[in-house]
Amino acid sequence: MTAPAEPILEVRDLVKHFPLTQGIVVKRQVGAIKAVDGVSLDLHRGETLGVVGESGCGKSTLAKLLMALEQPTSGSVRIKGKDITKTRGAELKRMRRNIQMVMQDPYTSLNPRMTVGDIVGEPFEIHKDVVPKGGRRRKVQELLDVVGLNPDHINRYPHQFSGGQRQRIGIARGLALQPEIIICDEPVSALDVSIQAQVMNLLERLQSEFNLAYIFIAHDLSVVRHISDRVAVMYLGKIVELGRDADIYERPTHPYTQALLSAVPVPNPEGREQRERIILQGDPPSPANPPSGCRFRTRCWKAQDICAEQVPLLQIREGSSHPSACHFAEVNDAVGTH
Amino acid sequence: MSEPTVTQDLIQHTEQPTEALAGVRSNRPRSLWRDTWDILKRRPIFWISLALLVMFLLMAAFPSLFTHKDPSYAQLAKGMDPPSSEAWFGYDLQGRDVFARTVYGARASIVVGVSATLLTVLLGGVTGVLAAYYSRWLDAIISRVGEMFLGVPYVLGGIIILGTIAPAQTSPNEVMIMAVVVLVLAVLGWPILMRIARSAVIQAKHQDYVQAARALGAGPIRIIFKHLLPNSLAPILVYSTITIGSYIGAEATLSLLGIGLRPPVISWGIAIADHTRYIRTGAHAMLFPALFLSLCVLTFVMLGEAVRDALDPKLR
Repeated sequence: MTAPAEPILEVRDLVKHFPLTQGIVVKRQVGAIKAVDGVSLDLHRGETLGVVGESGCGKSTLAKLLMALEQPTSGSVRIKGKDITKTRGAELKRMRRNIQMVMQDPYTSLNPRMTVGDIVGEPFEIHKDVVPKGGRRRKVQELLDVVGLNPDHINRYPHQFSGGQRQRIGIARGLALQPEIIICDEPVSALDVSIQAQVMNLLERLQSEFNLAYIFIAHDLSVVRHISDRVAVMYLGKIVELGRDADIYERPTHPYTQALLSAVPVPNPEGREQRERIILQGDPPSPANPPSGCRFRTRCWKAQDICAEQVPLLQIREGSSHPSACHFAEVNDAVGTH
Repeated sequence: MSEPTVTQDLIQHTEQPTEALAGVRSNRPRSLWRDTWDILKRRPIFWISLALLVMFLLMAAFPSLFTHKDPSYAQLAKGMDPPSSEAWFGYDLQGRDVFARTVYGARASIVVGVSATLLTVLLGGVTGVLAAYYSRWLDAIISRVGEMFLGVPYVLGGIIILGTIAPAQTSPNEVMIMAVVVLVLAVLGWPILMRIARSAVIQAKHQDYVQAARALGAGPIRIIFKHLLPNSLAPILVYSTITIGSYIGAEATLSLLGIGLRPPVISWGIAIADHTRYIRTGAHAMLFPALFLSLCVLTFVMLGEAVRDALDPKLR
């Protein structure tokens, strides 16, 4: 990656609260699930930003917000300077060409009643001016070829393909409009490990071929490390630590990141003894009623009074080079994975 | 292709096992509808009901193929004569040929059953899809209105509506009589189909491929017609096939009560209604139309079940 230029995607203070209502006739709001609560990040051209976090921390909601599939409660998502959350109609449709998505489950993300040609060609049907009508079939075959599928299979149906092949079809559909940003929402977690590697390699090849920027959402830390330039760690709707992959994986400063990394199994028996295993107590609190101050304090071994009173900001702290949202951020040598 | 090459092929394309397997059989595309047809083809119950269906449809379209007698020609002297070589099913109360009347009765029953079902599918399908797609207040209104219609018992609703409309027609023709019955059946029956369509569409709506289409910028019309409808058609298709049968039965019920079809229309329901009082002295006049009615209902129900089994392999 070259020196950071103007970011292609800027997310500022993105918030999504799902209202909790009560009552049958007159709906009264009694609270809100704070799925995403103030997320800010930048994405540069050709870069991969990994987003990790456990189930329910708001990763997928973040993806939906970036794709304008959900309307945020507040905040902005700027693509090349234009806010996608405030655009509508034809303008929004044009912006969608720039940002596409690869979904998690290759078994539900393809319409079973459509042929592969129809699925991959659908973007051209929706955006009619991208490819003239006569050239669409050839273009679809080119796309199939690019993602490593046999172009002759254009008339087949999704159920005739394996999981890995289906994910390739999904990737081909995402590439069709030649977007600059692709949101990968757990693109390999539904696949076998051997197939995971193939799909990851395909994604990397496509990135260098088309200079794509990825937001790569996953809960598998090693997968994220393999593909990402930078990594954001999410906990209960907030980013708790953000940095280059070496920063996050070797010099994590946030206790949550440290706990996550210490849970990664190490295949090498040597040195396993020296490793400190951090075992967190309890479950993540409900996003409907998150703890005051720092959201991680209820499970954190470092928690002090200040953690309940002040929300720790995501900022660069002493003794570290990357931002971390902890009052007591510090490198813990025992947990880094090398 | 010899055996070793196949294995080698499989090793080379570890990620494309289906290709190797499908390649052996054929290269034509296999849609889910094609699979359904392949399953249906192997089921005898499908062929039996299809044969019966063809027979009933022929009967409805060309009754003269089955009998050359005039169903309205009455010889009072032969009233209630039992079956004989001259008249296979005997004569009815007014001395008309029961076989001819039964054959000619197929048309009214099937026309009423099929058109009431079509109207039901149209009404229920459109409201169901709209309710599911737009949800919120539109869903609330459509669902509550549907429940109001469902709350009216079928026969009671038929009596009320037909009882108030029918006297207004002083000299009704056949089409008018049938149209009114069709309308009543559809008006009382659409909420069930609306619910089926609604739940099927809601289920399809939350699938990832709909989200993917939205992310591509697809509008509501494309999403409904390309993604939602093709994927929610199966339950609607199954239910409507079975509904044709039950509507034919419902038409007979209403006719039996004297509020459904009436002369000059010839129908099984009327024939049964006319002869219930003579069941001990001349059962044949009622039995044969009743037999055909049951067989016809059974045909559609069996067909519906066969289609359902084929569309949803999980049920087997």
